[in-house]
Amino acid sequence: MSHQDDSDLVARLKAGDQAAYAQLVNDHAARIYRLALRMMGNETDAEDVLQETFLSAFKSIDNFEERASLSTWLYRIATNAALMRLRRKEPELVSVEEPVERDDGDLLPRQFFDFCCLPEEDFLRAEARAEMLRAIDELPATLRSVFILRDVEGLSTEETAAALDLSISAVKSRLMRARLKLRERLATYFSQGPVIPETRQ
Amino acid sequence: MSTVHLQHEHNRETCRQYLESLGDYVEGTLAAELCREIEAHMAVCDNCRIVVNTLAKTITLYRQMPSPELPNAVRERLFAVLDLAPYYRPGPESEDEPDSVT
Repeated sequence: MSHQDDSDLVARLKAGDQAAYAQLVNDHAARIYRLALRMMGNETDAEDVLQETFLSAFKSIDNFEERASLSTWLYRIATNAALMRLRRKEPELVSVEEPVERDDGDLLPRQFFDFCCLPEEDFLRAEARAEMLRAIDELPATLRSVFILRDVEGLSTEETAAALDLSISAVKSRLMRARLKLRERLATYFSQGPVIPETRQ
Repeated sequence: MSTVHLQHEHNRETCRQYLESLGDYVEGTLAAELCREIEAHMAVCDNCRIVVNTLAKTITLYRQMPSPELPNAVRERLFAVLDLAPYYRPGPESEDEPDSVT
């Protein structure tokens, strides 16, 4: 949505128009919930983040400057709410600073199983899907937010940078680290062969 | 010391150098000259070829992952919390089952 499309709605929001508030929620709630669910990894926390996002947006709509779109602005509020909540729950996992990984030794690929050519049904198994979600959950939160906005929600590098208040190069480098970690994890998972449902408890 | 060993060491260092550019490479936004370098390297380095292919596959898999829906109960509670209850309308929910894999 372009900034121009937003401006009429923004004017109505700033005037306190209830129907405009409802429209903002209708337009964006599903996307914000998806982001929150991927960030938090569970439905209860995702719902809290969703509610917090709109409560906070309504409270601060007067400060909204139309440099970003409403959508990017909401993503920004939601990501901050999610990161704050994660920091409270697992402070050791969520650093405010750029993670200290100057040496990319940690990122150098180690698993070279070529899972590209596996049959499509291997990727569609519930077990594989669950592993993919667990892999997101286990990314450091600062990498997770970049990965979700860029590769799951499909925002551009520029939009992601605006939503997270990061430089373009920080977005690119965090995205690369996130992707390499996920690739490594999926390569390890798929190298072990599919889990046959009957053998699971 | 064998030349094979030297060649291997050289490749590890080259692989490390290319690692940073792979993001732009799989997105198709890398400068043409660097693309050619990476492709020439991949032609002789199986590991890098596999990393590039599986990296692209990883991105595709996540992009294709089904999106969880916003359950109507969650939407309804949101409208209530925001004092917008009169504006609540059920959304087009395809199924009542919550996303069971999260």
